[in-house]
Amino acid sequence: MADTPQKPGHERPLSPHLSIYRWQVTMLASITHRATGVALAFGTLVLAWWLVSISNGPEGYERFMSVATTPLGVLVLFGFAWSLAFHLLNGIRHLAWDLGYGFNKVTATQTGSLVYVLSLVLAIGAFAFVWTGHAGYLQ
Amino acid sequence: MSSLQTPLHQVQGLGAAHSGTGHFWRQRITALALVPLGLWFAFAVLGLIDTNEVAILSFLSHWWNALLMAAFATIMFYHMSLGLQVVTDDYVHGAGMRIFLLLLIRFAWIAGTSTCLFALIRIAAST
Repeated sequence: MADTPQKPGHERPLSPHLSIYRWQVTMLASITHRATGVALAFGTLVLAWWLVSISNGPEGYERFMSVATTPLGVLVLFGFAWSLAFHLLNGIRHLAWDLGYGFNKVTATQTGSLVYVLSLVLAIGAFAFVWTGHAGYLQ
Repeated sequence: MSSLQTPLHQVQGLGAAHSGTGHFWRQRITALALVPLGLWFAFAVLGLIDTNEVAILSFLSHWWNALLMAAFATIMFYHMSLGLQVVTDDYVHGAGMRIFLLLLIRFAWIAGTSTCLFALIRIAAST
């Protein structure tokens, strides 16, 4: 269809595309939900690797931890933590919408902003929790 | 004739897409299950960071923890395959690439689930 030749001066109208929309919180949250979902799909590899490394005995687990605690490893884990927090919180927002709640324009924008703030608080909070030595309570 | 649908299709309640709303429902139901499971996973990971392998093994040696981890991995990989399928359906239009990616997603789903479950069985057998 897109290849149909058009008479010069009589071009068909184009549907609005991503590049001409004004950016809004609701739109950004929707895109971020997808992006974090795809990121978490790669994060599942970390979960699988973690479980396999534990099943491989102490040396296997130490090898996992030596990679996970490198600066790049910590950065990836932070991205994983924030993606999980965002996708979980925004997922609850989506489930509420599916039940018919929170569709109001003002409410949808407010909950969108709230998800960004809360997900960052949770991810940074989790890392602060670990770095201040509060983690490992299941020992 | 009151309907263009065959009696069988009327009973099944499915349109031209053949699969009805099954995919939509599965995505929502797995999402709902992953809310408590995801919170439990965060609780478990934070509780096990900065410990050692012994602590993790003793945590997973409780059957309820192993069961919750197996449920989290299984449902999460299923939810992943449903979500990645939607992304592929939306953005990948070439038939060949689309089929390749949909097959890859399903293989990744089965491979990921079985790898995690196998690791959990190995851990259970060693403790």
